[in-house]
Amino acid sequence: MQTFDLSKEGLRALNSSLHALKGQTNMTAWEVINPKGAHAIAAGVDAPVDITVRGSTGYYCAGMNKLATIRIKGSAGPGVAENMMSGTVIIDGDASQYAGATGRGGLLVIKGNASSRCGISMKGIDIVVHGNIGHMSCFMAQSGNMVVLGDAGEALGDSLYEARLFVRGSVKSLGADCIEKEMRPEHIALLADLLKRGEADGKARPEEFKRYGSARKLYNFNIDNASAY
Amino acid sequence: MTEFPKTPPRFSATFTPAINAEIRRAAASGIYDIRGGGTKRHLPHFDDLLFLGASISRYPLEGYREKCATDVWLGTRFAKKPIHLDIPITIAGMSFGALSGPAKEALGRGATAAGTSTTTGDGGMTEEERGHSKTLVYQYLPSRYGMNPDDLRRADAIEVVVGQGAKPGGGGMLLGQKISDRVANMRNLPKGIDQRSACRHPDWTGPDDLEIKIMEIREITDWEKPIYVKVGGARPYYDTALAVKAGADVVVLDGMQGGTAATQDVFIEHVGMPILACIPQAVKALQDLGMHRKVQLIVSGGIRTGADVAKALALGADAVAIGTAALIALGDNDPIWEEEYQKLGTTADAYDDWHEGRDPAGITTQDPELSKRFDPVLGGRRLKNYLKVMTLEAQTIARACGKNHLHNLEPEDLCSLTIEAAAMAGVPLAGTNWIPGRNGGF
Repeated sequence: MQTFDLSKEGLRALNSSLHALKGQTNMTAWEVINPKGAHAIAAGVDAPVDITVRGSTGYYCAGMNKLATIRIKGSAGPGVAENMMSGTVIIDGDASQYAGATGRGGLLVIKGNASSRCGISMKGIDIVVHGNIGHMSCFMAQSGNMVVLGDAGEALGDSLYEARLFVRGSVKSLGADCIEKEMRPEHIALLADLLKRGEADGKARPEEFKRYGSARKLYNFNIDNASAY
Repeated sequence: MTEFPKTPPRFSATFTPAINAEIRRAAASGIYDIRGGGTKRHLPHFDDLLFLGASISRYPLEGYREKCATDVWLGTRFAKKPIHLDIPITIAGMSFGALSGPAKEALGRGATAAGTSTTTGDGGMTEEERGHSKTLVYQYLPSRYGMNPDDLRRADAIEVVVGQGAKPGGGGMLLGQKISDRVANMRNLPKGIDQRSACRHPDWTGPDDLEIKIMEIREITDWEKPIYVKVGGARPYYDTALAVKAGADVVVLDGMQGGTAATQDVFIEHVGMPILACIPQAVKALQDLGMHRKVQLIVSGGIRTGADVAKALALGADAVAIGTAALIALGDNDPIWEEEYQKLGTTADAYDDWHEGRDPAGITTQDPELSKRFDPVLGGRRLKNYLKVMTLEAQTIARACGKNHLHNLEPEDLCSLTIEAAAMAGVPLAGTNWIPGRNGGF
């Protein structure tokens, strides 16, 4: 276990050490102590390592992550795991705005609540939120899966493309072109897998969720839909 | 009965035939006009400025003997690896999607041969462009189409795009007819749908967030790459100051003459300021902060000739960027395709329906047959030639003003032909010492 005291050694030293890990390495276990809300902790990691951050993080923790498993033993500031490519990010607490924004792959697990715009413009990432998500979540979400064990705020999935949204609780309102869709057996199977990987399989059953997706009415501009914009 | 002469038909200056035609088009279709390119209206521009040249008090340099350097450094503020270009004329961001793959390759070839950089666009980095560009600037756009850390690291600089001159405050638009399999795959969207690129970044809002975002990108790229911030010509004094405050190495300022692949005509023609009005404000912001030449300024929007380059630099820019002019150099809107332009209901030099993907020149299209018409090697050579000519022209003017480097050109080398240009550029009206708004003026 490599223990890194962020308050003593600084962000640049941490990230340059993590970036130096390429491909296979036996330095696979890292612990970051005293994060004190610093920004861009473990941003741009590109190695199959396991990083545990003991405390809360500022903006863009695990930004553009590839391959790494990053655990935040606290809450995460805005843009956690933004544009993640692969790997896993697990947050024990809550996540601020834009969690998983534009994420292209991997798995983001938020064990608390997520604020507004969770999964905005997501492009392939899977996001599992044990609590609630805020307004405008999954805005222009392109692909990937969003699983919410709690409730969703206003305008869920506004201008949605092909991302699949699963919400167990209430949805305050659906955004433009987002509709409830039939939950078919393949979605139940997909959801069961996501709940398991998202460490939530004991908390909820797939059958309890509703599925939301794009009505695909705004895919090509039509003047008759102008009021939807 | 006496016949009096009739009043001849008189067109309204308000309801011109062109305006009336647009009213009829809108009434028939129910949708606004979408097109590519930049503003077509007449604006105060570099043509309204002149160089004074040498005189008894200023000594010229010998045109064919004395050196006039043209190189420029970009990104010297924070980046470990700043960029050094042979000429201060760069290629502006244009997307793969809006342009064909061979057109992007040609931009890389031409820019590299002329010793300058090219820039990606809203659609990610293509192998054609990376492979043929010695120096490639990677745009970080609100859509984040194709964004990934590997391309960030193989870029030579990163340009955070906040806005562009053709549509400050607007997002991108790529209509379904240009969404080929490859474009759809790069953008992770279904084929054939209209792709709306967001107008705001998804994970930051305002200058304080931008500072953190820039820091994150620097961390991901280990502080090696210069980070540009591109803004449209909206509030150049404050936008420049805020970009500097947020940690930019380079500010890219795009006036309303700058082009776009596609947006509403009303947006292109009615939002933003001409580049002539933008440059002095941006330069003043840099000077007020003590950052002129430390944070470099690249300006774009209507740069066509070496004279435009020289004037932009004289007003305080470090470099310029060209987009529309580069496409014309490649062969866009060339009269050799006139017959086909006519079939599309337009004519050479007026074709602007780039969003429809039917470009006869094979440049602004994803149609494989049309794309074949365009030879990227020849296109690259033409672009190189054009960049070289512009550079020679700018050097000619600089030597005449007694400068041994293009960056030594200064506002005192200029005069204005119009009161408007004098006020906007902060350059005296020709034959006077009058700058409206200064010297006890308005």
